[in-house]
Amino acid sequence: MNNYKLWYKVSVITAAILIALVVGALIILAVGGSVFETYWIIISMPFKNMRSFCEVLTRMIPLMIIALGISVSSRSGINNIGAEGQMYMGVIASCAIALHCDGIPRIIAIPLCILFGAIAGAAYGFVPGFLKAKLEVSELLSTVMLNYAAAQFYLFCIRIPMLDPNEKTGTPMTARISSNATLTKFIKGASLHQGIILAAILVVLIYILLFKTTWGYKMRAAGASERAARYGGINVSRYLIISMMISGACAGMAGAVELMGVQGRAMEGITSGYGFSGIVVALFGALHPIGIIPAAFFFGILLYSQVNLQILTAVPPNLVSTLQGLIILIIVAVQMAINNPYSQERFRKRFFSRTIQDIRNTSDICAKGAKEA
Amino acid sequence: MDFIVNTLTLTVRFSAALLMASMGEMFNQKAGIFNLGCEGIMSMGAFLGMLIPFSIGGASAVPWYVNILGLLAATVCGALLGLLFGIIVITFRAPQGIAGIGMQMFGVGLAGTFFRSYIGGTQSITGINATAIPGLSRIPIIGEVFFTHNPVVYFAYLMVPVAWYVIYKTPWGLKVRAVGTHPRAADSLGINVTKVRYQSLAVGGAMAGFAGAFLTLCQAKMFNAGIINGRGFIAVALVYFGKWHPVKIFLGAVLFTFAQVFQTQIQIFVPQFQYYEFLTMLPYILVIVVLAFNRESNKLGPAALGKSFNREMRV
Repeated sequence: MNNYKLWYKVSVITAAILIALVVGALIILAVGGSVFETYWIIISMPFKNMRSFCEVLTRMIPLMIIALGISVSSRSGINNIGAEGQMYMGVIASCAIALHCDGIPRIIAIPLCILFGAIAGAAYGFVPGFLKAKLEVSELLSTVMLNYAAAQFYLFCIRIPMLDPNEKTGTPMTARISSNATLTKFIKGASLHQGIILAAILVVLIYILLFKTTWGYKMRAAGASERAARYGGINVSRYLIISMMISGACAGMAGAVELMGVQGRAMEGITSGYGFSGIVVALFGALHPIGIIPAAFFFGILLYSQVNLQILTAVPPNLVSTLQGLIILIIVAVQMAINNPYSQERFRKRFFSRTIQDIRNTSDICAKGAKEA
Repeated sequence: MDFIVNTLTLTVRFSAALLMASMGEMFNQKAGIFNLGCEGIMSMGAFLGMLIPFSIGGASAVPWYVNILGLLAATVCGALLGLLFGIIVITFRAPQGIAGIGMQMFGVGLAGTFFRSYIGGTQSITGINATAIPGLSRIPIIGEVFFTHNPVVYFAYLMVPVAWYVIYKTPWGLKVRAVGTHPRAADSLGINVTKVRYQSLAVGGAMAGFAGAFLTLCQAKMFNAGIINGRGFIAVALVYFGKWHPVKIFLGAVLFTFAQVFQTQIQIFVPQFQYYEFLTMLPYILVIVVLAFNRESNKLGPAALGKSFNREMRV
């Protein structure tokens, strides 16, 4: 009975899923919703028709791009909570370009806008990376603070310098971006846009970066053990900053894609919490580019359910962000539980203690060994 | 003159929330737990502080004990959430930074969910009103600045010496500091590390919940999902800023509240000023700048801050 490790993992994960479902159910009950109906709406609605399925895929795009960036920074030993702020910066920078793309051919305009989004995000990711590497400022605090600062800066930009000149009501938003900088949709009437190509390319690029290049190796080494990496001659602080800039660039690109593919103009609340959901997706995908694809799909479903919950049930859509927080808590606890040799051993003793047959087998083997000797 | 007096009065009044939250966070960090979930706990506290007076009296005035009940409920809820965080980071030994973010999302999301279904939309409550202390409040300027607040404010200020006394002068405070500095040594002397850490999380969570209820009951007198608006994170940063000492944390809380009040007062007194987003940014930027020029303070912190303790592991 050597497969007790497998059984241990399976039972821990099953328990975790059950806990998540039960706590979710308790919350739904507390707000007076029907548990099975709510869960059924979350799971079944995306597969109702092509259009709703495309909605899920559309939400996958920014989630995937952000989560890829976060996986790079997390593997390098720095937690990027600031994707939300970096995304705001990406939106503003790419919007500034995209508003003036009228005479430029699409083939140049679109990469240009995405590039500017990436640069702005990377620049905004550089700040906490630099502060962490050179001044020992906790990146958890600095990125969170930069999120709030970025949100204010973004609001300022769309309220005064970039305000839509035709907007009379005073709603802070920019004009529609030039049609040359808009990502086309694949199917008429469905929201899925070309951004998914960028997401797919980034999966491959980040995979190669992390696992097939020296940069990636050094980043992972710095994240696994900072002191060992430093002893091995790796300039840890440099790779911290680089990984944070890559992370920021990804978040910036996610912002650009969201602007060019979905919203078409910069308005309030454009990031819609993708920066935080991206953290959950990255964790859920085990910080691996391939794992992030199904994770992003799952959370795409969850985020899309916000729309349906609002229309079809009395359950507030905030439930989804509660579940996301709960899932983070459960994932981090489960990771530790799975890798805990002591509770593994306890599990073995409890459920896989040696049976009479086992003892007989062992004594047979011993006898055989003695005979051969 | 009005501007200055108003700013100072509000600074004294509104410091209470940040003060309570960062005192609670100090208890957590002294025991070696980096509780980034403070924001979420405050959110739930703020919601309960709103819910109880609102469900009893609506927007009309309620008896004082209902408001106190709101504060108490928020405190208890905060302690429970602190213990929940303890299960994740103490029992399961999960990495504290990312677990804190999970706690924050959970708390803010839960408060938002319940708010939408129990209260619905933006509603206001009477809350706890400021009461002028007879006699003392007649003193010009000083009277208005210091003696026109409600009892909860003074209670929050009272927590500074209390926290100092508890941390530095009681056996339990010594245990908390030992557990946060060298858990293994504490363990070998028979201190139950897990228990003390859980206790400190409960205390810290209770204070964060109280701070959240203060925000709704005494400051904003309404609730929305974004009411905490980063105060929980600022409270965490203040503990670093105050070098883990209650009095310095108190000074930091007053300074940051001043920055926040200052920007809102500018908006009121100088309405023609258009670029108020930059003023709103001020406290957040201030946090980063302060942390960046305070790098030596990291060395003064509890040595085992953020590290989980495993009794069964060999060193």
